[in-house]
Amino acid sequence: MNHIAPGRHAGVYHYDEIDRRFITERVEQFRQQVTRRLAGELSEEEFKPLRLMNGLYLQLHAYMLRVAVPYGVLTSTQLRKLGHIGRRYDKGYGHFTTRQNLQFNWIRLEDTPDILADLAEVDMHALQTSGNCVRNVTTDQYVGAAKDELVDGRVYAEILRQWTTAHPEFTYLPRKFKIAITGSPNDRAAVRAHDVGVLAKRNEAGEIGFTFYVGGGLGRSPFIGKLIKDWVAEEDFVAYLEAILRVYNQHGRRDNMYKARIKILVHEMGAEKFGAEVEEEFQALRGPKYRLPHEVVEEIRANYAPPPFETLPATSLDFEQKKAANPDFARWVAVNVAEHRAPGYAIATISLKPAGGIPGDASSDQMDLVADLADRYSFGEIRVSHAQNLVLAHVRQDDLFALWSALEPAGLGTANLGLIGDIIACPGLDYCALANARAIPLAQKISARFADPERQRAIGELGIKISGCINACGHHHVGHIGLLGVDKKGEEFYQITVGGDPTLTTAIGEILGPSVTEDAAVDAIEGLVNVYMEKREGGERFLDTLKRLGPAPFKERIYAAA
Amino acid sequence: MAVKAITGNRLRDGVVVFLGPDAGWVESLDGAALFEDAEAAEATLADAKAKAERERFAVDIYLFDVLIQDGRRQPVKMRERIRALGPSVRTDLGKQAAA
Ligand code: SF4
Repeated sequence: MNHIAPGRHAGVYHYDEIDRRFITERVEQFRQQVTRRLAGELSEEEFKPLRLMNGLYLQLHAYMLRVAVPYGVLTSTQLRKLGHIGRRYDKGYGHFTTRQNLQFNWIRLEDTPDILADLAEVDMHALQTSGNCVRNVTTDQYVGAAKDELVDGRVYAEILRQWTTAHPEFTYLPRKFKIAITGSPNDRAAVRAHDVGVLAKRNEAGEIGFTFYVGGGLGRSPFIGKLIKDWVAEEDFVAYLEAILRVYNQHGRRDNMYKARIKILVHEMGAEKFGAEVEEEFQALRGPKYRLPHEVVEEIRANYAPPPFETLPATSLDFEQKKAANPDFARWVAVNVAEHRAPGYAIATISLKPAGGIPGDASSDQMDLVADLADRYSFGEIRVSHAQNLVLAHVRQDDLFALWSALEPAGLGTANLGLIGDIIACPGLDYCALANARAIPLAQKISARFADPERQRAIGELGIKISGCINACGHHHVGHIGLLGVDKKGEEFYQITVGGDPTLTTAIGEILGPSVTEDAAVDAIEGLVNVYMEKREGGERFLDTLKRLGPAPFKERIYAAA
Repeated sequence: MAVKAITGNRLRDGVVVFLGPDAGWVESLDGAALFEDAEAAEATLADAKAKAERERFAVDIYLFDVLIQDGRRQPVKMRERIRALGPSVRTDLGKQAAA
């Protein structure tokens, strides 16, 4: 197998020979398993768990391969490889998910070992993207670049990746287990909507420590993560997490799939009691075996050394002139570009949500283009956000115009980050075997209805999130407006919630009223927006007006006519 | 008129297949065997499952309802319509594209 070394300056973990051998062995194991299945030596019952352990699901039209993108960071080489796989083995595209992963929708079982071998060439795999194990640890898509960041979450996400990969105790948990980490006080990783949410921070002495929230999660019974420990020192990071997982492994319900997630355990036990049990376990296992040595942390941190930034002035005249001369560019900058910690640099988000488009889908050609642009303008590195967009995290302000000019003709220059058009939607009934209703067409209709970029900006921050079933992959519970597809006597209907919030002030949205048809849902969104626009005061966002007035006037507008 | 048909996914590539009249599998709903009698459908389903596993041909095999209107076959549920055609948001892909 030819290994193609990922970019030198990209903020990814650099595999060593042991990592590579492990991945290669897993590919060969799976190759043999597929051969045995096709030869009839393994039954479907025996084979299914094996294929799921390699990220291969059977969906409506074909197999779906979920490729892990550890904490959402990719090198240009890796993204190009994904583009290649899409072209060669799929139908020329892939779908970025809310777990910062990539899914291919049209995969053949017999091709899968070759695809996994292709992925291994660029240090990628599909492990732990399915099954009752610790899934891909997600983090802030602005990690290592954000101005408000206190701690680099990638370092600790990587430590957890290494700690949990093939960990025998964590391979058969009661249920899947999702961890999110943020190292910034402005949570962009929705940490309290995860089984474990970690807030990395510093104390007055500048030492790194972690706040743990446990038992968050969406799905059938949504819960907000509860604070169980405010400060865990860096050296105890792994020990504390191990303690949480042990308590969960011991008490988690294995008899009922719907009650098996840690959120149910924390809810039933109470956060305090759960925290006390974790503390007891933590004190018992704390010791040399579980101590995270500072040297190891620093060694891993070296993978994420800042790229060689040039010394630049904080503002650029050329950039300001380009904005003044080109209103479309200025709008894109105002909406999609965030402040960078290095003077003269910026963080650019590439929206995968063109008006009327499919949220999160990218063609192989688009992947190639973004990889090329990352090489040219962002040290060969790309991030996937949980909102299903791509991010070039280290772009010189002076390069933003050239970047935007290259994105725009490829359908990647939409200025809607955080606005009503930036809709999160799961694959829904167009692809997913578990769905009750389609999610994508509704997203398309809403983004088309609100296509006017000026209107979107006037409306301001508004997150719509759509799930095709109660599993809530589209995070509808924490959408400012959430839409959940339901099946009413064979017809697709949508339940509307308002007031969800994915940030540290996490809130689960409130159901507005009876579910409505797809077209009525689009009109309902318009109604909600209109109430907000009529009644907002000062600089209120949709969420603020809703909080001030309560849901009644919104409800009235939607259901009064009925 | 509502009848039943049998469907599954082909093991080697996951493609949606339907049980044909001669106990073989076809890729299009138009070629699928239709059952007016629910009991007969269940019996055939059991045989089809056993045979498909023996021959390693198809997996996740089940019955679904089809409506026949003006001589055209349409699955009752949206899920099965989408499986029979392809994603509604990408009409350039799936069985509908080949049609
Ligand atoms: S929310 Fe439901 S329909 Fe959507 S991807 Fe998840 S399981 Fe499938």
